[in-house]
Amino acid sequence: MSVLMNLASAISSCTPVLRRSFHSSVPCHRLQKLSRLRVVDNSELGKQAMLEGKPPRIIQVYNKTGIGTTGDIVLCAIKGLKKKGVIVGVKAKQPCFSPRTDSNNVVLIEDNGAPLGTRIVVPIPSVLRTILKEKTHAKGADYTKVLSIATRFV
Amino acid sequence: MFPEPFMIWRNPIKEKLERKDMLARRSCISIPEFYVGSVLRVNLSNFHQPEKTSSFVGLCIQRDECGLRAAFTLRNVIDNLGVEIKLELYDPRLLKIEVLRLERRLDPHLRYLRDAPPEYSTFPMDMKPDINRSDEVPINRIKVKLNPRPWTEKWHTMELKGVDESIEDLITNKWKARRDHNRKPWEKYDLMKTYRQVKINFFVQTQIL
Repeated sequence: MSVLMNLASAISSCTPVLRRSFHSSVPCHRLQKLSRLRVVDNSELGKQAMLEGKPPRIIQVYNKTGIGTTGDIVLCAIKGLKKKGVIVGVKAKQPCFSPRTDSNNVVLIEDNGAPLGTRIVVPIPSVLRTILKEKTHAKGADYTKVLSIATRFV
Repeated sequence: MFPEPFMIWRNPIKEKLERKDMLARRSCISIPEFYVGSVLRVNLSNFHQPEKTSSFVGLCIQRDECGLRAAFTLRNVIDNLGVEIKLELYDPRLLKIEVLRLERRLDPHLRYLRDAPPEYSTFPMDMKPDINRSDEVPINRIKVKLNPRPWTEKWHTMELKGVDESIEDLITNKWKARRDHNRKPWEKYDLMKTYRQVKINFFVQTQIL
């Protein structure tokens, strides 16, 4: 690593700076590995993690692209545990008719799809009704239980 | 309605076909006059809901694109969570547009409300229309106080009139120097740029009729 840094500094010292080493453009808020999320259900685990200022991190996104959007299932690292979650709100730019929220929200679930909490305290997109129904199979997890604890749809 | 921003994108046949589609859509739905800063209620056809429709109330924070692709963004804070929906004006899924409060703001967009306290963009979902029927659209000269950094965009470089002067205390001296260095004071003398941004009512009327 240090060799690489020395090399980089040597190159930058002898050539004029053509581009900067940091981005100055608007971030696209992608949800990928090591992104932080906000737990929006009333589970004890989620509440404690948010109060301690240690929100969960994505350690796997279960889709082909590796970039999570509304309705994707993710594996989170939360307070030293591995818990699955459903993304129910994203900050990134969205297509027409899909709501965009001010925070990246997640609802924690067990491996069988049962949510840890009993209530979701923020509105969730109504497109989740269709997405989660499609992801549910007879032998796999039942993700539609997340919909039954929602309070409001947008 | 604006003409295309770049002359190379303009095409008379495309514009004629688009105008035909727009007028056909306007015969089904009445699209009222509204501006950035107006509060709207939209009824949407939403097949994900059990009742197949949904409605949303929010402040119009942005109007972008032109012609058939014209779109607007509504923002509201529901249960302490800021929610935004971008909608296309000529989308057939749009059932009804109702203006609850007709007014304008000082800025071309209000995206900075994402980094402002939630009270600036909170509207009840059962809001009643309150419009005073006068010829002139009132201008809301409210000054919004932004939250401290980090921000989603560089608001200090945009010369926004609707943002409070306290934004100067939120940025560093280095940022101020950088902003002064990157200023382009000669752009206000660019006549062609002004022409492309101005609303040409006469042009649009002669083209439609």
